[in-house]
Amino acid sequence: MSEPGAIEVSAGDVVVLVGTSKGLFALTADAGRTTWTTTGPWFRGEEIYAAALDTRNGRTRLLVGATSGHWGPSVYRSDDLGATWVEPEPDTLRFPEETGAAVDRVWQLKPAPDSANQPDVVYAGVEPAALFRSEDGGVTFSLDRGLWDHEHRPQWQPGGGGLCLHTIIPDPAGGPRMAVAISAAGFYRTLDGRTWEAANSGIKAPFLPEPTPEFGQCVHKVDFHPSQPDTLFLQHHWGVYRSDDYGGTWTEIGADDLPSTFGFPIVADPNRPETAYVLPLEGDFFRCTPDGRLRVYRTADGGKTFEALGNGLPQDNAYLTVLRDAFAADALDPAGLYLGTRTGDVFGSPDAGESWQELARHLPPVLCVKTAVVR
Amino acid sequence: MREDGGRPLSKVVVHLAATLRQHAGGEASVELDVAAEPVTVRAVLDALDRTHPSVGRRLRDEAGAVRRHVNVFVGQDNQRDLDGVDTVVPDGAEVSVMPAVSGG
Repeated sequence: MSEPGAIEVSAGDVVVLVGTSKGLFALTADAGRTTWTTTGPWFRGEEIYAAALDTRNGRTRLLVGATSGHWGPSVYRSDDLGATWVEPEPDTLRFPEETGAAVDRVWQLKPAPDSANQPDVVYAGVEPAALFRSEDGGVTFSLDRGLWDHEHRPQWQPGGGGLCLHTIIPDPAGGPRMAVAISAAGFYRTLDGRTWEAANSGIKAPFLPEPTPEFGQCVHKVDFHPSQPDTLFLQHHWGVYRSDDYGGTWTEIGADDLPSTFGFPIVADPNRPETAYVLPLEGDFFRCTPDGRLRVYRTADGGKTFEALGNGLPQDNAYLTVLRDAFAADALDPAGLYLGTRTGDVFGSPDAGESWQELARHLPPVLCVKTAVVR
Repeated sequence: MREDGGRPLSKVVVHLAATLRQHAGGEASVELDVAAEPVTVRAVLDALDRTHPSVGRRLRDEAGAVRRHVNVFVGQDNQRDLDGVDTVVPDGAEVSVMPAVSGG
């Protein structure tokens, strides 16, 4: 078995990192996004739930959260686009000894979006649910004790994927405010960077005795547009929601237009603040695309209406599942959209969902899809 | 056995599964100086953490638990079937670390 070597790209190219249950792949294309090249797999046999290509501060650093079913989790980094990898020794993403906890899986690696003021900050979300912060580009990490010590934590219940902190929303302006989502604890935010509060008001939880509890919601994913950081789009286990006060209150959207309000991912368009995309699945007990058709649903009016987008996506006997981190947009205009299925297909759209093409097939089950534009 | 600062120092050979050897410079086995009396599986794994941290982290999590799909044998016996990490490693016995037959 030969290693795949480095990703071969030039400035302006698009990189789509595809984390699977058996390793990491990279799909690359120029800005036209019509002809794609697949490289990989790196980390053969390991689950890749988290990946990022950090292009801030003059670096081109791949960060990968890999989990071996036998040997546990590791965070690897590469500064030469995958030709060589470094694993910190000893491990630097670990719980302090006094917590008695151990990282089971790295679910998220998120470079801070404020590249001017926080060029070296990287956040990590892990299972059991916890937030870590790196000040050195993902080399070393420290636990966010405010969230770890939250009084709700002993009552958090794991979802089907485990008790995972899967969504991290840093302040795009580099302020202390930030938010996270945890399955199945819900949406939590801090306004001062130290004190965390549950912010799930309005999100229904029909799987709990109290229909709208303070916490315990199974939030699947949250996204937003940087120009409107108070406006959040959220895919819940039951329902799609919008908040205009940074999670202070939530309003359900899409119930009239979507074939199902169950789904995992939600993606905000990088160019149009009122545009977002969801990928409905039939329901809690049949987590496949409805009617055997793979369709992305787009709202261009902030959630008032949704339209189905399926041009180029399989529409016959396509009973597919797309996980929470397996749908992403790139940063170009119009946005490129990319989704990966649990059956190993990757589809991409170069025009904000108007048309789609198959970018890869027969990969292992896709766990995450992350994008970057090479600088 | 010899003495190291007043503590007995034992030599223990640890055999590594093939997939672990890349984290030990390609070696199939390593010889450790273990300063404990009696020598236990825990003391052997602690010694391995010090000399080969990339191997050690793959055998136990940061809370000290042997990973679920890792088997540590003392001679022919799995430590899980004995006294866990408190299992005594007799003088001259060898330790083997193997991945469990599991996975998907």
